[in-house]
Amino acid sequence: MTSRRVSSSAGKTLNFTFDGKSYTGVEGDTIASALLANGVRIMGRSFKYHRPRGPWSAWVDDPNAIMTVRKGGVELPNCPATTTYLEDGMEARAVNAWPSAAFDIKGGLDLFHRWLSAGFYYKTFMWPDWHLFEPAIRKMAGLGHVTDAVLEGYSADQIHDRCDVLVIGGGPAGLAAARLASERGQDVVLVEDHRNLGGGARLSRDIEGMDPDAWVAAEAEAIAQAGGRILNHATAFGIYDHQMVAIIEHGPFGVAPRLHRMRARRVILASGALDRPITFANNDRPGIMSVSGACTYLTGHNVLVGRNIALVSNNSHANTAAEMLTRAGAHITQVEPAFGPMKALGGKRLRGLRQNNRTRPVDTILASGGQTPLVHLWRHAGGKLDWCDTRQAFLPGSTPMNMIAVGAANGAFDMHAALEEARAAGRGESPNRASTKYHLTPLWPSPGSEGRQWIDFQHDVTLKDIELAARENYASVEHLKRYTTLGMASDQGKTSNMAGLAAMATLQGKPIPEVGTTTFRPPFVPVPIEVYHGHHKGQHWNPVKRLSLEPEHRAAGAALGEYGGWLRPAWYGTGGMAARVEEEVKLARDGAGLFDASPLGKIEVVGPDAERFVNFIYYNTIKTLKSERIRYGFMLSEGGIVYDDGVIARVDENRFIISCSSSHVDGVRTHLEAWRQDGNDPDRVFIHDTTQHWATLTVTGPQARDVLLGLGLEADLSKDALPHMAFVETTWRDTPLRIARVSFSGDLSFELSVRRSKAGDLWQALRDAGATPIGLEAMSVMRAEKGYIMIGKDTDGETMPHDLGFTVPREKKTAAFVGDRSLHMDVANDPARKQLVGLAVPEGAPMLPIGAHVVTDGATPTSQGYVTSSYESPTMGRAIAIGLVEKGHARMGDTVKVWHLGKTREAVITSPAFFDPDGERLHA
Amino acid sequence: MQIFPCPFCGPRDEREFLFVTEAGKVRPDTTRKISDEEWARYLYAIRNDKGAVREVWMHITCGALFVLERDSVTMDVISSISLRKESA
Repeated sequence: MTSRRVSSSAGKTLNFTFDGKSYTGVEGDTIASALLANGVRIMGRSFKYHRPRGPWSAWVDDPNAIMTVRKGGVELPNCPATTTYLEDGMEARAVNAWPSAAFDIKGGLDLFHRWLSAGFYYKTFMWPDWHLFEPAIRKMAGLGHVTDAVLEGYSADQIHDRCDVLVIGGGPAGLAAARLASERGQDVVLVEDHRNLGGGARLSRDIEGMDPDAWVAAEAEAIAQAGGRILNHATAFGIYDHQMVAIIEHGPFGVAPRLHRMRARRVILASGALDRPITFANNDRPGIMSVSGACTYLTGHNVLVGRNIALVSNNSHANTAAEMLTRAGAHITQVEPAFGPMKALGGKRLRGLRQNNRTRPVDTILASGGQTPLVHLWRHAGGKLDWCDTRQAFLPGSTPMNMIAVGAANGAFDMHAALEEARAAGRGESPNRASTKYHLTPLWPSPGSEGRQWIDFQHDVTLKDIELAARENYASVEHLKRYTTLGMASDQGKTSNMAGLAAMATLQGKPIPEVGTTTFRPPFVPVPIEVYHGHHKGQHWNPVKRLSLEPEHRAAGAALGEYGGWLRPAWYGTGGMAARVEEEVKLARDGAGLFDASPLGKIEVVGPDAERFVNFIYYNTIKTLKSERIRYGFMLSEGGIVYDDGVIARVDENRFIISCSSSHVDGVRTHLEAWRQDGNDPDRVFIHDTTQHWATLTVTGPQARDVLLGLGLEADLSKDALPHMAFVETTWRDTPLRIARVSFSGDLSFELSVRRSKAGDLWQALRDAGATPIGLEAMSVMRAEKGYIMIGKDTDGETMPHDLGFTVPREKKTAAFVGDRSLHMDVANDPARKQLVGLAVPEGAPMLPIGAHVVTDGATPTSQGYVTSSYESPTMGRAIAIGLVEKGHARMGDTVKVWHLGKTREAVITSPAFFDPDGERLHA
Repeated sequence: MQIFPCPFCGPRDEREFLFVTEAGKVRPDTTRKISDEEWARYLYAIRNDKGAVREVWMHITCGALFVLERDSVTMDVISSISLRKESA
């Protein structure tokens, strides 16, 4: 075995399988470290060519080892093996390989690499049509597969929190900064993405004369003593507006993570730096790893990744690493990459490294092309980046936020400098960047050189693909990224972006900072979508509004459905919707139906300016409305479009009740409040939404009055005393009762409103008096028979009141009202406006489909409007429809063509009022 | 996620607020003759400035309208002023 555990660990032994084979690891292992300890190197296959791959690194920057992991009935796809902590009983599988990562049937794809360059799919599957090939290609693409199984209880808590100082990163710099800040009395939170603190501490022999572990423990203890909070195994993955830092706190496998929305007054970014890969031929082979990754496996997991190691590095960090690995028993050969082009030899097993015709027979190659500070969060927050020639890296520049970067994230690669700058930040200072002892020889990809040299390991983007993109003029880094998919894999280019943009810079003969970086966007690491919604799903996402009479409706056998956010009875009883609705309509037309209209808006407008206000809000003239009378009207937007319809009742001189559409109450209330506060004296008019305070029951039908007489009310309900569109306040069983004579069915109707606590009593009393429950579907049919509209269904975003036949206020109303001027623009005067009409079909003909288009005659018919409502009318005994049709009002009696899904039928344009057009039943 | 200060309720999550309009627009007196151009300007002309902006927002939960001064680039909130105080 090439890689192995060099000293035993005290931790518990854990059993697990990988691609069906059993292995053991120890507590504290990641899947990757445990596999390396077992001598397993091939942990995955690349996305496009299915090349065998091993881990490049030991943490979030690894692009290669991605697995589907199962444990205890929970299966999660796309778990990075380098960041997934091992648990007993885990079953892991490489995602992009079958039957296993070591032997993958699609491995042969690599032979075709010559034809699979950047843009291959765009160029190849053009003819005859991309959509022909898309399904098969989509099936081949992608990584792990999501199972159908629903994870019960997998729900991410979302926690809102705040602190004075948030320190991101629990390495030496983060610990030092957090300690100083907390000891100064600041409320400090320290976030570390590993389970253990320390970060790069163990890569040093000692810190300030102490053993690294002891130093880390002492700092952590001091932070806790001073009241600082430490969040382990939690990753800050994004910084959003107003300094909100999103932190995902990971749990054990299969337990949903938690989201912390942290508001920090100050952020200290101590996120460290990564080793960059070196671009040489076959640099993707299993056994080629980052120098710091190998050191982490050794110091964190007692795993030595190879025996005979070539260490290829252009920077001063390599010496410490060479010492450490030699002490652990490896044979190290240091290779200077500047001496000539290199090529890795071997396939699944690395056999050596060739440079200038000299072959070194090694089993492992460790590479570092320099340090890249992790500046992702800095960029999320809007911080700028400056190019540093000494370090050959982008470093944090100016920032508009209360944020400071320290340690390796800020280019302070020397321990002493990192600690000094971290402590200064902890004290609240903003130190200047110190000079560094770190040095490197610039080393970037060399376009035109031999062999296949990987830039993006996960997405199989090679140097040749970048050369091709440059030739085809995808020169901007943002275009380069999208054309080649460089940096678009699940690692989001942590290892590949710098190499890619450096290659593009060379190809264009520009310095690297002129080429620039692509945009850094959250999340820094992949996070489950679950953390974004947390408990906001199902009923918690958009709870339905519930009727106070819901128990009564259920007892009466109601089929409940959601209408405009309310859970309402659609119909009652069994036998299917069509049959029940037909019966309910007939019943209400012949006798007395009982309908729960409680969701109808009841917005009170009160005050000395109320009359002037509602007269301004409504299209119709309201100031002439007398007390105890009701008027139907429209509210328009300032663009003149019908926004809502409904009735308004005048209770007395200074009090109105607006009964807007059930689904529009919140919007109307907002609309009214906006005009009240911005343009009116808010001390002279008040708006009070009492919709949920009152329950409203409508009794409708020729026998409605008889039913009401059964209540024994004092109020006179006769036609003369309470005519259509009259309103009266009275009492019933010592509770206030409002009676409004309005009708949505076209029949004699009374709307009775009581306090919602009395709704059950009234419901029972009305049923006892002979009214039968009808649902919303029956009411919808009846209103359509009468030609009454539903806003948003029978109107669209262009409908103006005169399109619906309400022309008088547009021509006569002298007072200003919302939308008035818009009704006289050119578009409002267009003679070809769509107008509301009925569409009649012969008796016995089927219903016109809703959405069917009224079309012109001729070879190429064009739309002149469409069907908006369509029903089988039980009352009329035939199908009825209403719709919006160009010049409809002038075309009464015309026969028109109605087109739907290739079939054309005929209909006759009529008045939308099919039932009782003279209103005799309405005024009964 | 931004935090906006409601003049009555104090700092609240941006999801509780509704953008109403840019501040400073005056509704033309529609009882007089207004040209199509003037009305269209009132309806549709939006400054959409980069940098400091003044906007009318509503805090939906309490219903208060106020003028919010903020920076459309940095997202900094500069001030929030009750409409009522402004008119008084």
